Amino acid sequence: MPHDHHHDEPHSLLPSDPALRVKALQTILVRKGLVDPAAMEAILETYETKVGPHLGARVVARAWADPAFRARLMADANAAMLELGISGRQGEHVVAVENSARQHNMVVCTLCSCYPWPLLGIPPAWYKSDAYRKRAVREPRAVLADFGVTLPEGTAVRVWDSTAEVRYLVIPERPGGTEGWDEESLATLVTRDSMIGTGFPREAGA
Amino acid sequence: MTSPAPSSFSDPWQAELFALTVALSDAGQFTWHAWTEAFGATLRRHGANRMLDGGEDYFAAWLETLETLLATSGAAPSAEAAQARAAWERAYLTTPHGQPVRPDL
Repeated sequence: MPHDHHHDEPHSLLPSDPALRVKALQTILVRKGLVDPAAMEAILETYETKVGPHLGARVVARAWADPAFRARLMADANAAMLELGISGRQGEHVVAVENSARQHNMVVCTLCSCYPWPLLGIPPAWYKSDAYRKRAVREPRAVLADFGVTLPEGTAVRVWDSTAEVRYLVIPERPGGTEGWDEESLATLVTRDSMIGTGFPREAGA
Repeated sequence: MTSPAPSSFSDPWQAELFALTVALSDAGQFTWHAWTEAFGATLRRHGANRMLDGGEDYFAAWLETLETLLATSGAAPSAEAAQARAAWERAYLTTPHGQPVRPDL
């Protein structure tokens, strides 16, 4: 895009085209009172500093440590999350799916990029890529192999397709050698990818 | 994984766009369901001829979707948006470095 640069006086660096378009929308909507700048600030702060996979990890760790909590989580994930002070801001319905020797669970959003924000934060780029979104349902084992995940032959793969209304959280299997560990230590083993189903938790002592 | 992971925005405008969209939905401008339907349709159209990598191209599709939704609803008609964009560009090009940039609208 050609610009009429004013070389005779230093000016502020021109932002990119999309950045200017976002500013334009913001200006119009704030002026019309359709959006509150303070509400936008609060959303930014939440997603940049407060929400992230560490919250999902706390949920998984408690499920590993406390069978009664695990049962409540499987029955009604939103209610169980609330016990830890985690709530879905948009009222998304969260469903927990547990891995076992018989079944490995994996989450995708083929429509766009629906994701359990309250538990995992903003999705990584690969989750939003066509390569993942288009292949996860069709050839889940090949996609898992790309992530370095290979499953025993007897383990079935179940792919869960997220929507605006339903978001999934994978409860990976608890790593061996962690008997007697407290929740905080267990949580350090829970990786983001293990809660999407494209990875395993860290090994104890690794 | 005891601290928040870095967010997946590679540019500040992506974070602003995300917050703007969520705030608009919270304020009742559109339901999140309607948003995902519209966004999914844009992604399908963009991804018809090439593979999207989920980075810059993903947020480009996001921005296009929001502009279209707001133009259709009348909240931000295209002409008005183009005018505001031009005002911002003008302000950046004419504001001396170090001074706050304010569009003349």
